[in-house]
Amino acid sequence: MAEVSLTTELLQYVANGIAKGSTYALMAVGYTLVYGVLQLINFAHAEVYMLGSYFAWFQAKWAGYLPDDKGARAETVPIGMVALFVAGAMAACALVGMLIERVAYRPLRGAGRLAPLITAIGVSLLLQYGGQVVFGTEPKLFPTFAETRVYDVGGVKFPNTNIYIVLTSVVLMLGLTLFVNKTRPGAAMRACSHDMRTARLMGVNVNATVSLTFAIGSALAAVAGVLVAMDQPAITPLMGVRIGLKAFVAAVVGGIGSIPGAALGGLLLGVSESVVSGLWKPVYSEAVAFVFLIVVLLVKPSGILGKSVREKV
Amino acid sequence: MPRTIALLMAGIVGCYGLNWFLSEFIEVVYVDYLNLIGLSIILAVGLNVVNGLTGQFSIGHAGFMAVGAFVGALASILFTYGEIAAGPLEHAGLAQFLLCLLFSGVAAGVLGVVVGAPALRLRGDYLAIATLGFGEITRILLTAQDSLGGPTGLKRIPKMPLLPGASGWDGGTSVFWIYLFVFVVIVLAVRLQRSTFGRALIAIRENELAAETMGVPSARMKVVAFVFGAFFAGIAGALYAHYQHSVRPDDFTAVRSIEVIVMLVLGGLGSVTGAVAGAVVVTLLPQLLRPIEEALGIDGLSMVVYALLLVTMMVFRPQGIFGQRELSLKLLRRLIPGRRKESP
Repeated sequence: MAEVSLTTELLQYVANGIAKGSTYALMAVGYTLVYGVLQLINFAHAEVYMLGSYFAWFQAKWAGYLPDDKGARAETVPIGMVALFVAGAMAACALVGMLIERVAYRPLRGAGRLAPLITAIGVSLLLQYGGQVVFGTEPKLFPTFAETRVYDVGGVKFPNTNIYIVLTSVVLMLGLTLFVNKTRPGAAMRACSHDMRTARLMGVNVNATVSLTFAIGSALAAVAGVLVAMDQPAITPLMGVRIGLKAFVAAVVGGIGSIPGAALGGLLLGVSESVVSGLWKPVYSEAVAFVFLIVVLLVKPSGILGKSVREKV
Repeated sequence: MPRTIALLMAGIVGCYGLNWFLSEFIEVVYVDYLNLIGLSIILAVGLNVVNGLTGQFSIGHAGFMAVGAFVGALASILFTYGEIAAGPLEHAGLAQFLLCLLFSGVAAGVLGVVVGAPALRLRGDYLAIATLGFGEITRILLTAQDSLGGPTGLKRIPKMPLLPGASGWDGGTSVFWIYLFVFVVIVLAVRLQRSTFGRALIAIRENELAAETMGVPSARMKVVAFVFGAFFAGIAGALYAHYQHSVRPDDFTAVRSIEVIVMLVLGGLGSVTGAVAGAVVVTLLPQLLRPIEEALGIDGLSMVVYALLLVTMMVFRPQGIFGQRELSLKLLRRLIPGRRKESP
């Protein structure tokens, strides 16, 4: 490459960051939904994401895309099959999410906020190390898209994988927003996040609604899991830890409990990480999320798009 | 004051005796467990003042430990060798070692003020997340410091100072030093809890608004509690560095902070006894489960069992092992039937 102007370079980082940010956003929505309804930081969400990519990996294996038993020879997969894998992973993860809520969180509803938090950490550890026991500790190669193409617009490169990632995220986020705002189950979710007791008095089936919340969040995490795994082709049982923490930060930065906030937070984080790591030092990009977090928390603790709640006396 | 000095002397003598006994009769492996437990206790009891007593949920403890570890390690290396260079390990001098510990504690404490003063304005989960962010930033910044070894950290940290008459594993005095601070932190925490100051902290935990109405300067008190925790986390960090002879920034990830929280909640938040019990259980359990894991040949099994126990424990006893109760002579006396003397 000869001359790349700073503007082009910057635009390139922004473009990459948007793709990265979309996956953060998909994850952040899961945190934000659960926090909105239960005021619980669902640490296990990151592990649901990890499971999503493993579910897709197993489907790819059964479909014959990984002939080697250890998955050492990753093949390419046509996009139709990818959609199928994503759907499968979404369904499986939705079930896992509901199961986690039923077994680990529901018995503790009303037992203060700390006990469920520690339980969430426990479930998270359980899935991480359970994943190591079941799947093995060594990274598994993940198949990539069949047609990788790179579009070049004025020097800025757009790999088609990134385009798929962004498109999928946008469609899912729009769908979710419509669902939450326009349907009856969505209204039930909003009611529960406002005031669970009153919602119950009004005839909302709270348990079903909470289950639904977990199912939706987990399904979106599964999508993020498959998309990221496709992009960086090895998966491990501990892959969720870092992205989970950052996605959660994205949710808080955007305003926890707010779906547009999660999207905004995710994008903001993805873009700034990408820019910082490109123009400065990759090590510092790891800190970007937390700097954002602290600045936002100190200036507006409820997040950029969050509603501030006044303490009642 | 004389009582305090007597108590400290008793602590020193007791820890010296423990060190001597262990070096004479116990295998090094078990001593290692014991030291790790001691470090956990210092962390947990310190954090209990913040999380348990004051009710301010902080998940950034590893950050303070990291700062303490690196400050202490660097100071000790410079005092003992004069430069960062390869070579055989040496013992740190007694005065230098104590000075290093002081540096570590103060550095972490100062950072506690810097972080705590703004962050403690936040409530509940937001504070938790902010402190988590602080901890991670500290670790990442340490990773980026090439002068501190970058991701590989500092090596060749001197051994803890020799004691007159102590022998054993090449003059190992780690048990003495670690348990001396375990003793100090427990005594301080218990006294704090029973003081007016401690009651004010508890008042903040129970209802901050009400506490302020009663004249408790809650902002200042919260920062002081925070600094107490940070100071001892710094000391624990320095002890850890001298014990392991090397520190890496990745020794202090968010997972470490969360581990300390787990100790507190498992033992019973707000109880010093609980913090100690939690530290023992959380540190020892994975180690005890490891032989089973090796016998079965399944990697990660011990952590799975550990996580399962944690979840089960929380679902069936959310208030932790001790709740807010303390193990004290009074409680013991009540548990032993008969011989009950009425207090005058």
